[in-house]
Amino acid sequence: MSGQSEFTMALLDPGRPTPAIVTDGQGGAAGKRFDVYRNNVIVGLIDALETGFPVVAKLIGAENFRQMARVFARAHPPGSPLMMYYGAEMPEFLANLPQLSHLGYLPDIARLELALRESYHAADADPIDPQGLASVDPDRLCLHLAPSLRIVTSAWPIYDIWRFNSEENAPKPRAEAQDVVILRPEFDPAPHLLPSGAAAALASIGAGAPLGALDPEVDLQTLFALLLGHGAVTGFAEKETT
Amino acid sequence: MPTTSLPHAPGVGFKAQHFAEICETPGRVGWLEIHAENYMGAGGRPLAQLRHLAERFPISVHGVGLSIGGEASLDRDHLDRLRALCDAINPAQFSEHLAWSTHDTSFLNDLLPLPYNQSTLDRVSDHIDQVQEVLGRRMLLENPSSYLAFVETDMSEPEFLAAIARRTGCGLLLDINNVFISATNLGYDPRSYVDAFPLDAVGEVHLGGHDEDSDDHGRPLLIDSHGRETADPVWRLLDHALERMGPRPLLIEWDNDVPDWPTLAAEAERAAQALQRLAVAA
Repeated sequence: MSGQSEFTMALLDPGRPTPAIVTDGQGGAAGKRFDVYRNNVIVGLIDALETGFPVVAKLIGAENFRQMARVFARAHPPGSPLMMYYGAEMPEFLANLPQLSHLGYLPDIARLELALRESYHAADADPIDPQGLASVDPDRLCLHLAPSLRIVTSAWPIYDIWRFNSEENAPKPRAEAQDVVILRPEFDPAPHLLPSGAAAALASIGAGAPLGALDPEVDLQTLFALLLGHGAVTGFAEKETT
Repeated sequence: MPTTSLPHAPGVGFKAQHFAEICETPGRVGWLEIHAENYMGAGGRPLAQLRHLAERFPISVHGVGLSIGGEASLDRDHLDRLRALCDAINPAQFSEHLAWSTHDTSFLNDLLPLPYNQSTLDRVSDHIDQVQEVLGRRMLLENPSSYLAFVETDMSEPEFLAAIARRTGCGLLLDINNVFISATNLGYDPRSYVDAFPLDAVGEVHLGGHDEDSDDHGRPLLIDSHGRETADPVWRLLDHALERMGPRPLLIEWDNDVPDWPTLAAEAERAAQALQRLAVAA
């Protein structure tokens, strides 16, 4: 086993002995000196997760979150130096924790918080002037959506739960399924509640479908007002008739 | 090739919460350092702020995730991201650490230590050659803070760094706080370390705070926390180093429990005074 393999395993597993390749500098065991690295690594990862999932942390309490995050970090250390994206496995990890099974919405809240972070770091794109859309046959209109737009669907009231734990004086969560679109007008992403069925329509738009192909039952007017009002439409094309 | 194109002035590690104040009241701060990995998203506020700052201040890009001391090959994707960032803002300086942080596919988010011997020297030198080739610039390599020693070490740290600088042509980043921490923890004289260091290769100096603890035998164990003011003995060690090598760009690192801007600006002022004393003495 290489030195760094031994070092890494001992860092992530406090039950393993301190590697024999290191000493206290006077020929003794490294002991507490090695624990400095153990502590730096695990506390650094827990802190990053707490910063990245503030609403999950609020929902289960800071103490519980840090205990859970310690287990998560040992099982799922970051896969790249881009710490801004750390924690992609969190929703699935939470879904499989028996202690948290009574909070069925928790994995979806984690997905929402991951999507907010992705949106924050997504590429910039200038919104179009909505006036330009008037000249296009609506049935053949294809919209280009901002790279920062994210859709999160759920069987739980994730929009209400997120707001209730993020904003002062937010109303209590309603008992209903909610889909959310995250929009970032300039630099600050925020979730918005989608009308029923709009998440699928929005995904179709994102995949290049013309408006004429969308489910006519969906409240497209509300959806477009939301997108255009938050600078989420960054271009358009007219689908050629075949 | 000059050792650095940063000004011989104080700089600070940039924190987003100081953005407006840095632009309005920079005080004695003449340049800024950023952690490269925080600016590797595709867009959004971090990059917008960085572009704005880069128009007003010389920027030093400081990598914390390349794992130059890693046993495996360098992560080519990460190297390409570093090149894209450097190409986008054309920084005055790029630096990284004599440390490793990635093993297999796990990024451990800390700067981990290395034994100093020929095999580490060969590997680190090859990695630095590759970095300098891909980035098309000379990099600086920073001395680490040490808490323990390796059985397989057979060179002193200044010897090791001098050999790397000779072999690769890279410059060095001398972290005075790290020297003080390592010397205390491993029981050697920090001034002798500085005297043995290849000071001609130093293109930048770091200063920062540490915490005090003790090991299993009650011996002092200093922890590199970057969470408070630079300690007085570290300032005195800085004076000692500056007297030997002349003025250099001096960076204040404060990454945890980040203070308000006036507190950080006051640390930069203290660094400015160290440079001033040197000028008067000359």
